[in-house]
Amino acid sequence: MSIFVDENTKVIVQGLTGGQGRFHGLRNRDYGTKVVAGTSPSKAGTDVDGVPIYANMAEAVAATGATASFVVVPPAGACAAIMEAAQAGIEFIVCITEGIPAQDEALTYARLVQEFPGTRLLGPNCPGIISPGKCNIGITSGDIALPGGPVGIVSRSGTLTYQALYELSSQGIGQTTCVGIGGDPVPGTNFIDCLEAFQADPETKAIMMIGEIGGSEEERAAQYIADYVTKPVVSYVAGVTAPPGRKMGHAGAIISGSQGTAQAKMDALRAAGVTIALNPTEAGNAMIEVVKNLK
Amino acid sequence: MDLFEYQGKQYFAQFGISVSPGGVADTVDEAVAAAEQAGYPVVVKAQVKVGGRGKAGGIKLADNAEEVRLHAGNILGMDIKGHVVRRLWVEHSSDIAKEYYASFTLDRPNKCHLGMLSKEGGVEIEVVAEENPDAIAKISIDPIVGLTLEAATAWVAAANLDEEAREQAAQLLVKLYTCYVEGDCDLAEINPLILTTDGKVHALDAKVTLDDNASFRHPEWVDFAWGETEDVREQMAKEKGLNYIGLDGTVGIIANGAGLAMSTLDVVNQVGGSAANFLDIGGGASPDVMAAALEVINSDPKVKAIFVNIFGGITKVDDVANGILEALRRVSIAAPIVLRLDGTNAAEGRALLQPHLNDQLIAEPTMLDAARRAVALAGK
Repeated sequence: MSIFVDENTKVIVQGLTGGQGRFHGLRNRDYGTKVVAGTSPSKAGTDVDGVPIYANMAEAVAATGATASFVVVPPAGACAAIMEAAQAGIEFIVCITEGIPAQDEALTYARLVQEFPGTRLLGPNCPGIISPGKCNIGITSGDIALPGGPVGIVSRSGTLTYQALYELSSQGIGQTTCVGIGGDPVPGTNFIDCLEAFQADPETKAIMMIGEIGGSEEERAAQYIADYVTKPVVSYVAGVTAPPGRKMGHAGAIISGSQGTAQAKMDALRAAGVTIALNPTEAGNAMIEVVKNLK
Repeated sequence: MDLFEYQGKQYFAQFGISVSPGGVADTVDEAVAAAEQAGYPVVVKAQVKVGGRGKAGGIKLADNAEEVRLHAGNILGMDIKGHVVRRLWVEHSSDIAKEYYASFTLDRPNKCHLGMLSKEGGVEIEVVAEENPDAIAKISIDPIVGLTLEAATAWVAAANLDEEAREQAAQLLVKLYTCYVEGDCDLAEINPLILTTDGKVHALDAKVTLDDNASFRHPEWVDFAWGETEDVREQMAKEKGLNYIGLDGTVGIIANGAGLAMSTLDVVNQVGGSAANFLDIGGGASPDVMAAALEVINSDPKVKAIFVNIFGGITKVDDVANGILEALRRVSIAAPIVLRLDGTNAAEGRALLQPHLNDQLIAEPTMLDAARRAVALAGK
């Protein structure tokens, strides 16, 4: 099984007529994802390589019955696109947009929780989600993922997600689902949401969790793992050598005071019984050992 | 972007938050002029983006022009924890009765806004939090509702501010919250927020961090660009639009993606080396971006080896390879370059580079191997 999406998930791409939207949207479709529509107020009635374009999300949902959307819209319009999807009844929204102001993210998250508690937002500023062989929404290259499980991956970093997929796939170890939650300060979906879903998914036998400096999500995840996760977890946290007070690329990746250091996160995870790796290769090797010892 | 104190005060003033009258000065004469304008006695304050200015001698009282000259002369050019003072803020001195603390920031775990208020201001809030956590009144603010005057009034009472300060403080906090939200701040902090002996509440300091992601709707922020970075490498990288942070080591780093770049720093450190920088070239590394990245790294005399760590996702490795070759045609690079290229079209990319490999351009199969090689080369 997979989490959040599967082979039947129908997806609308918000921004399909833009350069990025077209590239990633069609790439997702070619992977096998059911990309059923796109939206554009000015291009309604046309199509992008056979995918019909609707004026807005309400019409697109009414026509296709889609339950997921993929937001590929620039920062100034991304939050409005997310709210439009939620209002149209979309249950799962993936937003890859990088550079959304934190104030907008906080407000959008609050509005989703209050008005659309049944809607899950993944991102913003994330690589998306891939359930190998079933569904790929986002910018992950499908050919580095391997279907069949048994590993579930959750990560805050895009390229480290690819690295993790690659380390596992090249050793013949498949993934049930790989979720990139993104590196922004207010992620719609966090580690705990994914850990909970992986714990509940019978086909996921082990979990790889990739964190980075900043915030306290890894520490909270560690507590959750200690309390609720019985499956083996391997973790890598990037940024051991990052200096305090400097944003390391991601808006959320900043050590402030004694908060958010990689060491504190690794210590918390280790105390929760998680196997800690010091670099991505070590994490891959550790997971290979874990998988060997399953069953 | 962190603002200097004077910039933060200018920003506060735009939102109606009262600050002391004062002016900026880059020379002793300007300092005297600013002092005359503000009215004696004045405080001469070093403008550096680091704490502990007072202890370092960067904040001085002056009663007349002669004293302003003396202090301004001493403070300009002073080195405070590695920050050279190039600008002063000279403001009218306040008669302080009480010092409080107030701030707004994002409460990331709870995904709402966090207000902190304390009647024990003037010292680092981390120290108060450690020694007397009950002295900090925290409130969670729902971004949909915002901070109402009613909530602010209850809050100043909960923080046990002096009676005479409460009404003004509540009004000021509402303005500070507006500044935080509409002004797109990651942090808006006043420490100390003071009650003067004649019963006025105002901001004696300003610590503001702006959210760079919101710059597209704040054209006025260009005024804050002065002295944003003192590191010439960072200045150069900024002009080239690169996501670069200067560090002190000898291995120059180029990677795609923030996570991988951070991880690259870690791995270099694990194998006994030290990184000269953080540099994320992002997705789609064009020859221009690669050339710009190599130029910035090449400008750093401490760099003895360069580690290019690419995992192709959207970025295709053959495009990266072409970018590196193009960059090498444009820029003469002093240090040897060690490459680790994986991911989309890695085989094609490696094939493109194969004929060009020599002792200045080296390919390694894995991230760890490449890190070891780069560190060994840097150590020579």
